[in-house]
Amino acid sequence: MATTYFTDDHEWIRVEGGVATVGITNYAQEQLGDLVFVELPEKGRKLAKGDVAVVVESVKAASDVYAPVDGEIIEANEALSSDPALVNSAATGDGWLWKMKLADEGQLTGLLDEAGYKALIG
Amino acid sequence: MTGAATRNLPLEDLHKAAGARFGAFAGWSMPLTYPAGVMAEHQHTREHVGLFDISHMKLIDVFGPDAAALLSKACPLDAAALAERQSKYTFLLNEQAGIIDDLIITRLGAERFMVVANAGNAALDEAHLRELATSFNCTINPLDRVFLAIQGPDAWAALSRAGIETGELVFMHGFEPREDWFMSRSGYTGEDGFEIGLPEADARKLLETLLSDERVKWIGLAARDSLRLEAGLCLHGQDITAETNPVDAGLMWAITKDVRANGQFVGADALRAALEKGAAEKRVGLKPEGRQPVRAGAQLFDEAGNPAGRVTSGGFGPSVGAPVAMGYVSAALAAPATKLFADVRGTKVPVDIHALPFTQHRYRKG
Repeated sequence: MATTYFTDDHEWIRVEGGVATVGITNYAQEQLGDLVFVELPEKGRKLAKGDVAVVVESVKAASDVYAPVDGEIIEANEALSSDPALVNSAATGDGWLWKMKLADEGQLTGLLDEAGYKALIG
Repeated sequence: MTGAATRNLPLEDLHKAAGARFGAFAGWSMPLTYPAGVMAEHQHTREHVGLFDISHMKLIDVFGPDAAALLSKACPLDAAALAERQSKYTFLLNEQAGIIDDLIITRLGAERFMVVANAGNAALDEAHLRELATSFNCTINPLDRVFLAIQGPDAWAALSRAGIETGELVFMHGFEPREDWFMSRSGYTGEDGFEIGLPEADARKLLETLLSDERVKWIGLAARDSLRLEAGLCLHGQDITAETNPVDAGLMWAITKDVRANGQFVGADALRAALEKGAAEKRVGLKPEGRQPVRAGAQLFDEAGNPAGRVTSGGFGPSVGAPVAMGYVSAALAAPATKLFADVRGTKVPVDIHALPFTQHRYRKG
């Protein structure tokens, strides 16, 4: 059973078997507007919590997406290379950004649950 | 502008009701996008009619016996040579021929002109004009108006349906169709279109009719920017500044030969010197390869890795279907199809020099 966490940077993290799938929330994609490019991370890259993992670019601006926890990239969502708008149409589904192997599952306790995130965005 | 409160547009309630997302621009809280989103808004303007609230921009009525003389001093312009209703794209220059602001000036009568100034520079422009005006017999009267841009191939038809006939008016002309109204055939999208300044109560009435027309949709500032960038039009503060002169900016087409040679405008000596010397840099279109946008502030390099220039505006062009940008490069590198590289977060993105505009202008010139 997967558990989904959230950050106050408007990311979601779905964790199953020590692997986290990370994306931005629907609220975040609404704020960004139509995405035209996603700069994806390389497989094997090691990230520390707070590192820039992905850059999402809307018509108007580029925005960083940060690693919510420490870990190693095991897959990037290559479908976004040809169709970045997937993040707009399915932010929490097909528009996921990357998968990472968690370095320390203990870091997950510092993240928000869905109720906490909903309270954050009001 | 830090700490200063942003001002709200007079029609803010209408934008809120239309679901706009707001953001600060030039001291104003402006609708950035509506629920359709920037892509759809941009395309809608190219295909039908985009309606923009540009009330942040300033209309300045300049009148009096010396109105033409003042404007010919403030701008590289022969205001006395303008025909009634004729509009001209021009600049306020400083003594170094740097562009304080770019303006559109329309002659409304023998001794009357309408100046349209950018929001972020309006206060500076007004002060500058007032200072120059002390030696001229004329009055500078900033107007309190709602200002709307109605842009796109069906703009004329939507206005006609709303009871405003535009047939007589051709591109870069303007007049006062009703009391306290100013309407010109111009815009910032590359499309045929109109800009109308009018009292708030009249605007609300006009908008009721316009917005009941399916062809007409509100368009936010984000699409206004992508539309003007595709059209190759400069944004003051980005593509042109008080440190840029019209020679380097490639905007000498806006200054007639006679004015270049004989004009007594502020900055004339510096402009002539810059012309004599030739442009060290040129403003060019830039077409990045691939899908990654190249944005304002990115540095440009030649194939050998030497600095070649900088990007001043950049983003995604929804009509082009690819990233588009504008910037300055050394004159020697300004030929179309020259290959350069833009530094985007450490990655060298190949860019080609591209002719401006990216999308053909579709003005109605008569």
